This record gives sequence, structure tokens and C-alpha cells, in this order.
Amino acid sequence: MTQHSNFSMTRRWFLALAGAGVTTGVLSTLAFARAPVGQAMGEGFQPTVWYAIAADGKITMHIHMAEMGQHVGTALSRIIAEELEADWDDVEFVHVDTDPKWGYMITGGSWSVNHNFFAFSRAGAAGRMALIEAGAREMGVPAAECIARKSKVIHGKQSISYGELVARGSVDRQFSKEELKAIELKPASERRLLNRDTVARDVPAKVDGSAIYGIDRTIDGMVYARPVMPPVRFGSRVTNWDDTAAKAVPGYIQTVEINDPTNTCQGWLVVVAESWTAASKAVDLLNVTWEGGSGKDTNEADLLAEGERLVNDNTAGSLFVLEGEPDAVLDTAEKVHEGLYQTHTVLHMQLEPGNALVWQDGDTWRVHAGNQWQSLTLPLVAKALEIDPANLVFETSYLGGGFGRRLFCDFVVPAALTAKAIGRPVKMVMARPDDAQFDCPRSPTVQKIRSVTDESGAMRAYDHACAAGWSTAPIAPAFLADGINGGKVDPFSISGADHWYTAETIRVRTVKNEKVHETFLPGNLRSVAPGYTLWAVETHMDEVANKLGQDPAAFRRSLLNASGRNAGEAPHAVGGAARLREVLDRVVEKSGWAKREDLPEGTGMGIAITAGQERAMPTWIATVAQVRVDRDTGEVTLQHLWASIDAGTLAHPDGALAQAEGALLWGASMAIHEGTEIENGLPRDQNLDTYTPMRMHQVPELHIDFVTNDYMPVGLGEPGVIGVAPAIGNAIFHATGARLRSIPMRPQDVLKALES
Amino acid sequence: MVKFTLNKRSVAVDVPGDTPLLWVLRDELGMTGTKFGCGIAQCGACTVHVYGQARRSCVTPISSIEGADVVTIEGLAASAGMAQGELHPVQAAWIEAQAPQCGYCQSGQIMQAAALLAESPEPTDEEISAGMAGNLCRCMAYIRIRKAIKLAAAPQNEGNTQ
Repeated sequence: MTQHSNFSMTRRWFLALAGAGVTTGVLSTLAFARAPVGQAMGEGFQPTVWYAIAADGKITMHIHMAEMGQHVGTALSRIIAEELEADWDDVEFVHVDTDPKWGYMITGGSWSVNHNFFAFSRAGAAGRMALIEAGAREMGVPAAECIARKSKVIHGKQSISYGELVARGSVDRQFSKEELKAIELKPASERRLLNRDTVARDVPAKVDGSAIYGIDRTIDGMVYARPVMPPVRFGSRVTNWDDTAAKAVPGYIQTVEINDPTNTCQGWLVVVAESWTAASKAVDLLNVTWEGGSGKDTNEADLLAEGERLVNDNTAGSLFVLEGEPDAVLDTAEKVHEGLYQTHTVLHMQLEPGNALVWQDGDTWRVHAGNQWQSLTLPLVAKALEIDPANLVFETSYLGGGFGRRLFCDFVVPAALTAKAIGRPVKMVMARPDDAQFDCPRSPTVQKIRSVTDESGAMRAYDHACAAGWSTAPIAPAFLADGINGGKVDPFSISGADHWYTAETIRVRTVKNEKVHETFLPGNLRSVAPGYTLWAVETHMDEVANKLGQDPAAFRRSLLNASGRNAGEAPHAVGGAARLREVLDRVVEKSGWAKREDLPEGTGMGIAITAGQERAMPTWIATVAQVRVDRDTGEVTLQHLWASIDAGTLAHPDGALAQAEGALLWGASMAIHEGTEIENGLPRDQNLDTYTPMRMHQVPELHIDFVTNDYMPVGLGEPGVIGVAPAIGNAIFHATGARLRSIPMRPQDVLKALES
Repeated sequence: MVKFTLNKRSVAVDVPGDTPLLWVLRDELGMTGTKFGCGIAQCGACTVHVYGQARRSCVTPISSIEGADVVTIEGLAASAGMAQGELHPVQAAWIEAQAPQCGYCQSGQIMQAAALLAESPEPTDEEISAGMAGNLCRCMAYIRIRKAIKLAAAPQNEGNTQ
């Protein structure tokens, strides 16, 4: 890592920022204006919409992805700057608004670098080409004899800077879509920024308190609000409310009944006051009665029972993968390996609770909030306000955690409707329990896998059925895909079950658990489907290996033939399963897997290999966990996690490492520290006293190893999460012989498994 | 009217006495670096210094702050005698370690770490774990938070550059 050598640059960056604002004393109003969005876009030469080069040489990148901890502005700017041959010190970036010119806006799926890689690279290359042409003209030399480096066009000993070319007005070439498409990128050997380290530009504002999140913005004349949550997500109706007691709260203004044309808010009231504490107190004093409410008697066990019924009903759901005729093998096999796997409800608990600031600015409505999917939420809010979407602008601030919760920003709707009802700017902030009740949790899931192997371990049939809430169905049905034998599938709720192991016949069936949908809105949560499908796949593979008496790592390796559907394809999955084999070999070596039988009694190692987030963007990861299990208490201590990761080219290697660190710990946290259950239609745990993500003292030693190569970059926010739970479960089995098939793996679950 | 010292300046606020210090800082005084996470002193995002001690401002009634010396993330550097525009050593270490991800909990983490280091300038790993266990980082940036604390502690050990 090169953090020391870059430190002075960080300081300079910080000082430059500090000049515009405040570091000590009471913040000035200037500080309030320092939201990441709403800054001026770049000026000067703009060969595409993605950046501008000013006459002073400053290059401003226009970032349309949301910043939620992944340092996305730095990573994306590196991609443009690479092909532009920009001097990195000239580069700045701004986060943009929701002007349609930015195209479809979604920050999720670990997609940002992968999905924008070619467009941003070509945008950079276009600028370089135009600048070389202009520079050659200015210097009176052939363009073919010029090169570009560090924001300069160079011909032998003479050169001219990008800024000078812009200042002279000698460059104005625009590129059409077709021209951009035709641009060939430079060879990897000519790269000067990608795969090389730098510091993240968003970090300084996050250590001096000046970074502006959704919850931090203020607008003149605004009032504060807190919602009154209905008893359950769906089907509640307010029959009566009384604010007599609330009126005694100083600063209380009024209570607004939310009549929502989008039906996002069912049975909501929002309390408005001069301060948030007044609004919050008034909410607690409000007397409300509701009628109706869907799933008010539903518990976690009911959702799982329905899931089990669905995976056992061969007629339920649709096929996601089918190769060959698995039944022909399964029905005649002497021995079928079968396992039933579960995952419980998981909450986002992003640390910044749901909030939105909404105000009317002339004919335009404005929303300031953290937002991962502006292109989904903007039309929803426009519909709620009954306005033309063209008259609605989202200003996306920094996100105090996304993790998928801010993909569907339903909480903007009640804030907007309140602002409309009272005719004033409203900042609505949910208290933590409000946020937890209105979360879009990860659905509980039930999965059944049946497989058949021959004596050598070759897989003859693999049959996987999964029942879950489908995150895509209620909010973006257009993203559903056609099932192989008819019906619909939600790829985002089954991805990962289409693993990279070679099998003669494969079937993956996915079923929507309607009971989940009657109870709450199942959402996308960091690692999405692979976070549970690979729990099943990798636990099952371990069980099969052990039944066959094979080493679990060697058994997996024997199924990674990288042929047929697993051969991979360019540009995103060159090499296919062979790259998974490579990371498997690396983690086996680095973790000392061969000596795992020498570990002390009660200590074990488990392995899992994964390629999230989907086959169109595989990040090849092999994970080994080492745990110690206390047989008396069931307590699992996670001692070590090793991960070998091939994510192709790294736009910002240190940022990639940070994402891998966070993702591995997220995986561990979901596996052994957090998790909740639905009780009477709501998450049982609604605050951080009983919902317990991993803390500092529970952190294992991490050993992360990135493969260095020049393949197309894939994703890093989520894929590291996926293998950790099965690696831990498999390690518990190695340590104790107890097999866990449900996450989270709490001490009582471990004790139960030890008994059986 | 409650009067207290905030980041070396005298301030006075006229709010109900049970108003948590957090909301006074954020909404009355514009110091939004201190964050709201849980409201029940479980996540540590709202951590500030009161008389140099780390305190959860979300459960600290303003009435208990009369006359107190309060420091928030915005005033941390100045409270340690740093010049305008300079960083507190803990903040500088946080940058060097590239600790923050989303950053939302980081003001609280830094305030907690600064208080920890003031009390225990060379904390052991166990002391860091114990001292920081009350501060949740949902991005799970714990590896770098620990590294930053060690970096901040390092200048006291000449030659230890980690």
C-alpha cells in the first residue's frame, strides 16, 4: 500500500476544501451548502457529458453514481483519467443531479465500475483524441506523431497543456454515440492509473464532520417531521386519531394524514413540528387507531413453513436453469444427496435512518436524500405528488450507508406528501424503530438441493429449488425475466444458484413466496440473492465432499472444469471457472489448508468458493474461515478469514481492499452476529440494542489476497460477503462434526446441531 | 436558557431541558458532523466530548450541560490546540489509514478514539476493542479504524511508523 507517499496530496486536498468552509467554531451557512450535489458542473471542453476540462486545466468529472462508502467518485474518475491521460492532480469530481442526460441512475449490484467501465474509458479516450488533434494543429505537427501524458499533448520536446488548448478555444470536438462506440481502448501495458493506488477523495470531508448526508441539509423555512408508523407495512387504514396530548408539546405544528396515490404509505400519519425532538415527542403522544393490516399474525416460522411447502411442490415457481434431464438421473440413482437450507430475515440497519428533505422551488420540486436508484424513485415520488417527473429533481447527498436499503427510497414519499400538504419545506427523519419497521428486509428463504454423484465425485445431477420473497417483483416488475418453461423469474432473487461447477444435468427452480409479500416488502440487501443461494450451494457441496470422504477443497476443484457453460466469455468472464480454480488454489495455500487437521480440538477450517454478483459479472472469490467452537456454550469465535479475490482490473486498489474488508465482515456478521425474525408482521428487533451487527471486539484477522491482472473490472461491494457464511458453517462442521443448515448460526443453534 | 461552551465558544440555547444535546447541536447550532443513529446510546454515532470525556449526545439532556465544555468533531482539532485548517492527530491518522467508508459513524468513532487515546496514549489491542466496542460501524471498517488508532498512538513512539 502506498498511503504514506500520497499523504501530502491528501492534506493538500483537505486544505483546499477547508478554504471553502469551516473547520472550527460554529459552522457558517456556507457549510450547509456544501452538499456533494448541487455544486457547479464542470465548465470548458466537454467531449461527452461525463467531464469538462476548464481553461485553467482543472478537469471535473461528473459522477452519476451515489457515494455510500465505496469511494465511487475516485474509482470512476480514475477510469476516465486513465484514457484521457490526465494528470491525476488536475482531477476533481462532482456528484450530479437527476437530469435525464445522465441516463439511467442506479447505484447497486456492485455494478458501478463494471457497468461504466467501457463508457467512461471511451469518454476519456475521446477527450484524449480530440486534444491530441488540437494540440498537433496548434504545434503545427502531425497528430500521429503526438502523444498525451499528464494533461499535456507532447511532440518531441514541445508540448501544450490541455488547459491551454481549452483557453485558446482550439478544441471543441463532440463525439456521437457511434463514434464513441468505435473507439478502441489503449492496451493494458499503457495504463498509468488503473491497478495503481491512490487515496479516496471523499475521505477528508468524512473525518472533519463536513460531509453532508441526507439528514444534514437544511432549507430556509423548513419544518421537521417524524412519521407515525402503521401496525404493519400493508393494508392498514387510520380510522381515528387524536392529537390533544400532542398539542401540549412546545413546537408541535400539526399532524398530516397521508393520502398516497402510489399506495406506498398505507395508514400513515406524519407529525410536523418546529424541531425534530418536538415532532418525535408528539408522535409518541398521538392517539391513533387503525383497522386492517395484512400479515398482522404472521411470524417467521409461518414464512419458512410456506417456503418449505413451495420447494417441495415441484409445480410451484419457474425454472431459472435447465440443462439435460436431472429427473432421469435423480429417479434412478441409488443415492441422492439431499439438504434443506434456510436463511432468516436480515435488516439493513444502515446507520443513517430513512430521511428526506423535500421542498418546492418555483415550479420544480426538489428532494435532498441519500438515494441509490433515482430512476426508480423519481417517477414514484412524481406520481405521489401528482406532478410531471420533469418538474422533480433529486439531489443525492452522501449516503449514511446504502447496503440496498436506499435502492427503493419509499421514505421520500411521505416526506413529499407532507411538504405538499402543508406548503412548506419538510425534513422528515425516521426514528430508528420507524426505520426498522419500514425496512425492506432480506426475505427469509428456504432452499432444497438434491444431487447425485458417481463414485469418483463427478456430478451427474444438481437440482436446486429456492423459495423467497422476490425483491424485484413489487418495485420493478419490468426487470423480471422469463422462466425457461414459462412463467416469470426474478433473477435478482435466485442469482448464484447458477453456479460454476460442472454437472451433467442441472435444474434451478425459483419460487416467489407470496406469504412474504403479504407481510412486508422484501428488499435487496448487500450481496442480494447470492448471499443466500451460495449458503445453500456451498454448504451442500461440503456435505457431499464429506459423504464421499473427499477433501472439501479438492472435491470443489475437481468440479471446476471450465468447459461448456462454465468456459466463460469475453469481456466480463474471460477464463470462466478456471479463474475460480486459481483463487481456490491460492486460498488453500495461503490459509495453510493442508494442515487443518493439526488445529487444536474444537477448532476447524471451512471453505467456500463464489462468483457473485451474477454470471454477467463474476468476481472470483475463495474464502476460508477458521473458527473455534465452545462445545459447552455453542459460542463460535471466528479467528481468521482468508480470501483470495480475482476482480480483474482494480480502478482503485485500496478502495477495492476496503470493500473486501467490509464485505467479509458483513458476511461474518450475518452468519453469526445478527439476524432477526418476523413477529406479528414486523421485525422483532427494531433498534441496535437487540439487533447486533459485529463490533470491534468480534473482528477476526483478515488475510485478503487480490489476484493482479488486466481483465475487465467486475464488482467488489458485495461479492466478498457471499462465501463467508458457508465457510463458517463448514468450519464449524470441521471443528465439531455438527452441520448447520440455517443462518444466523447462534449459540443455541450450534448446541442443537451438536446434540443431533 | 442553557449556556455552555461549544468548541471554545460560548453558546446559549432556549429549548426544553429534556432536549437531547444531539439535536441542539445539529438543529439549533448547525453542527451536523455529530450524527443520529439509534437514539438510545447503542451505536455511538452521536459521540461528543463533555469535559473531555466521550458522551452519547443522543441521551444527554441539554439541562445537564449547563456551563459544560462541549467539543464536537468540528472543534476537535482546535480543542487540541491545532491551528485553523489543521487536523487533530486522530483525524490525520484516519486519513492516512483511509478509514471511512460511508463515513456516517466516523465522527463518533474519531471522538471516541480521541478520548480513548487521551486516557490511554498507547492502548493495547484489548484496550482498543474495549474502548471502541460501543461504536458501531455498519460498513464494518473496523480493520482500518483500529489501524488509525494505532497510527495516532504511534507518534508518541519515535520511529514507529507502522
